[in-house]
Amino acid sequence: MAISVRGLTKRYGDLLAVDDVSFEVAEGEFFGILGPNGAGKTTTLELVEGLREPDAGEIRLLGLKPWPRNSALLPRIGVQLQASSFFDKLTAREQLETFGSLYGVSKGTAADMLELVGLADKANTRENKLSGGQRQRLSIACALVHDPDVAFLDEPTAALDPQARRNLWDVLRAIRERGKTIVYTTHYLDEAEILCDRVAIMDRGRILAMDPPATLVRGLDSATHVLLAQGTLPVDQARAIPGVDDASEDGVSLSLATHDPGPVLAALAERGTLDGLQVRSATLEDVFLNLTGREYRA
Amino acid sequence: MTVFTSLSIAAIKGFVRDRVGLFFTFFFPLMFLIIFGLLFTDNGPKQTKLGVVGDGPVITALRKAEALNVTTVDSVDAAVDQVRKGDLPAVLTERDGAVELRFAASDRVRAGTVQGIVGNVVNQLNLAGQPVRFHLAQQPVEDTSLKPIQFVTPGILSWSLASSGVFGAALTIVSWRRKQVLRRMRLAPVNPLTVLSSRLLVSVGIGVVQAIIFIGLALTPPFGLKLAGQWWLAAPLLVTGLLAFFAIGMLAASFTKTEEATAAVANLIVLPMAFLSGTFFPLDNAPRWLEIVSKCLPLRYLNDGMTAVLSRGQGVEAIVTPMLVLLGFTVVVSAIAAKLFTWEDS
Repeated sequence: MAISVRGLTKRYGDLLAVDDVSFEVAEGEFFGILGPNGAGKTTTLELVEGLREPDAGEIRLLGLKPWPRNSALLPRIGVQLQASSFFDKLTAREQLETFGSLYGVSKGTAADMLELVGLADKANTRENKLSGGQRQRLSIACALVHDPDVAFLDEPTAALDPQARRNLWDVLRAIRERGKTIVYTTHYLDEAEILCDRVAIMDRGRILAMDPPATLVRGLDSATHVLLAQGTLPVDQARAIPGVDDASEDGVSLSLATHDPGPVLAALAERGTLDGLQVRSATLEDVFLNLTGREYRA
Repeated sequence: MTVFTSLSIAAIKGFVRDRVGLFFTFFFPLMFLIIFGLLFTDNGPKQTKLGVVGDGPVITALRKAEALNVTTVDSVDAAVDQVRKGDLPAVLTERDGAVELRFAASDRVRAGTVQGIVGNVVNQLNLAGQPVRFHLAQQPVEDTSLKPIQFVTPGILSWSLASSGVFGAALTIVSWRRKQVLRRMRLAPVNPLTVLSSRLLVSVGIGVVQAIIFIGLALTPPFGLKLAGQWWLAAPLLVTGLLAFFAIGMLAASFTKTEEATAAVANLIVLPMAFLSGTFFPLDNAPRWLEIVSKCLPLRYLNDGMTAVLSRGQGVEAIVTPMLVLLGFTVVVSAIAAKLFTWEDS
């Protein structure tokens, strides 16, 4: 096990930031902690990294205790911080070289990291001249410059535009292929569904569910929704199609709910009403709604 | 490359690439040197004036003596009028061997000075031709006349060292904390003392460059600074001074969170300290309480030591006390700063 956490609790005054949290992360696993802002994701990460002292509970990181500051552990973990945590006025390469030197990493290795995160052409650009996505990638490169066994990434894709987010996903996948254990937090459920081997859904300091994303979604036993343009088919006819549990209109689309989409789609194809058809199956957002009884708000 | 070297290089690059910082570190103090050094050049002790009417050996001798500021006045009436008004303390008329001194009795001090000097000159002229029994040799204690630049240079240099020491340390730490660079270092296997000492070394280096530029400019003809024999004793003094001010900067950084707040606090420490330590104006005529207050400030000791070795020509004995006091400040202030230090904002 790369990480093993049992009964972790952290309180800030009246606020129970982390409430009896337990989980394990296997070596080489891409583990996501999801939840809205204020769910306790960052605090959990900081406790595991050894930046804060837990009020209760036990943490083993690579078999060692992270608190108090454990110098034997530090070279083996990499922590990505906020996008702005850089030295003043240094270029991308100089940032990597300086952070690398803290771990005794050679200049050449540091420069190679730019390649991994796709910033080789920005080596001589000052950090403050990089775009948000580039800075985020540089920040990840700085966290991984010493080739750690476990990488902690705290909301690496927050505040990025969709294109930059997708570029970063490629970087994260590349890191994972190097066999690293990655623990990452996000409030984008769709992203976690794509990237993570396993996710823990957190809300108000507690872990509500923990499994591979597909398992969580399937466990919902929720209906698949087939959407057609409104008016393609009268509602009562739609309801009569075998396999359709329910049909409804919202003014724009006709929505058919089904647990057996195959025959329903075949029946629609027979009627020649497949134009503009969309199929929407349950997502982690539905899982969150089911677990908390409220809509997901990042 | 070691952590120490790479962090020092990072700090130097960050410093050199910050134009505003460079301006305030190197050119801002030079502006003060220009203002105080050039504009107040004639701010030395004023000579007492004497109005003269007519001409003769006494007036010639008085002009030669340079003890009084001798001004010619056209008529006796005009001169007496000026004495009445208080513009002149006294007027001397000389015509055909008759010398008459008229003074304002209301201004006893200056009038007394004039009477003494004039009396002396007249006596010497009377005795001329007779054998000399005693010869009085006179020499000033300073090798140059005590021009203001001799005091202005060490003072403003001390102030600028204090300023760059406090600001350099405080702003670096606060910026690193706010930007989570400190957190990153805490998560890396480095000793916090390595981090601090590399930044301190850079501060000392900046201070040395500051001193070289500053003294170099002051030595040029328009300023005319004359360095005393053991001027190089300023170097060890400079290092201990920077230690003390670096520690004060650390203290300022330990209880402020944003760069703006830190800059305000640092100014609040450095500026009053600069005035109370006599770096801009000498404290010779300051009231006793001010003298006591200034003895509690580290800048006073740096200033005194700098003046002693750069201008007064004093030796090692003059910097021992200042250095010990500055080291004492360093130890005490660092200890308090270490107690209050936090890695993170929250």
